[in-house]
Amino acid sequence: MKLILIFISASLINNFVLTYFLGICPFLGVSNKTENALNMGLATTFVMTLTAAATWPIYTYVLVPFHVPFLEYVAFIILIAALVQFVEMYIRKSSPTLYRALGIYLPLITTNCAVLGLALFMVLREYNYIESIIFGFATGVGFTLAMLMMSGIREELEFADVPKHFQGISITLIIAGMMALAFMGFAGLIRG
Amino acid sequence: MADNTPTLWHEFQKGLWQDIPPFRLVLGTCPTLAVTNSVINGVAMGLATLFVLLCSNLIVSALRKYVAPQVRIALYVVIIALFVTLADMFLAAMFPPISKALGPYVPLIVVNCIILGRAEGFAQKNPVAPSFMDALGIGIGFTLSLAVMGAIREILGFGSIVNIKLLGDWFEPWIVMILPAGAFLVFGGLVALVNYISHRKTAAGTNP
Repeated sequence: MKLILIFISASLINNFVLTYFLGICPFLGVSNKTENALNMGLATTFVMTLTAAATWPIYTYVLVPFHVPFLEYVAFIILIAALVQFVEMYIRKSSPTLYRALGIYLPLITTNCAVLGLALFMVLREYNYIESIIFGFATGVGFTLAMLMMSGIREELEFADVPKHFQGISITLIIAGMMALAFMGFAGLIRG
Repeated sequence: MADNTPTLWHEFQKGLWQDIPPFRLVLGTCPTLAVTNSVINGVAMGLATLFVLLCSNLIVSALRKYVAPQVRIALYVVIIALFVTLADMFLAAMFPPISKALGPYVPLIVVNCIILGRAEGFAQKNPVAPSFMDALGIGIGFTLSLAVMGAIREILGFGSIVNIKLLGDWFEPWIVMILPAGAFLVFGGLVALVNYISHRKTAAGTNP
């Protein structure tokens, strides 16, 4: 039951993009086409799940026993960078089609604040191992969802008559604000 | 390059308007949106970022001749992460309430694209002095942007500024401004405003 709660909470109610503002850069940058948005979302979901699976043991079995939790930022970011690198190498070897589809998005994930944020939240909230993995996966799902909706709206927006100064990033942000308002409606799901 | 002072001044002031980070470069958007529900939080975040940016730009620029290009990104990230750890511990020791309010967003300075962007785009190609000025300008520009965002959201959301009550009891706070949605709306509006002002400026410049 707790796992389902974590899943719903991380993917809908506390959507990383729309309530914690994590992963805004790809959210604004790669959301102009639905196809790109979906690929980016899937790649990020994959890396997030792996990140949760890898950072939890490092934190619990290395940083805490050696009394160096203050090294967590350095450790996590190196781990994430290495992980993204390995995932990239593995996908290139095993599935060239998928590699071509994800292409440039993979290295970009390293600098996605949502991935590091995920690792930090996981430590803050003291999840156990299974919960962490679910949390990582759910966060990825929420990210993909937000990306997909945004790209859908932006594709329609190309035909809209936007005031001159609001064009580009400005209107995108305002739409994101409205999406955040809409997502507030999910808040009743858990405590309601 | 004959006269050094104007170029240094140029590196400094370009961060204040021409390349003001969140509105023009659209970098560092996560902290811009996340911590600007009050002026104090915004300024604290801006100063922490300024500190990390200064230190990392200095080190990256000083090491620029000794770093192999293949490993540079990894090295930069480690340098940045070290200074972020310092900033985080400093905040936690000296200003516990602010540190608590900023929460995980202080460690997230590590992945703030502004810092890596300046290291990659400026400090690794330029000597120490211009890199220092560049970091100072961009950092102050970033702090100012956060302060403006924070001020707008705090006035509209709480009717106060820096915790001093500004508007009387007649004022009904716009709760939405404190919520995530308000951050997006204010940010979008400010980007449009900056666009508008610079359009006016260029228009005035081309046909006087």
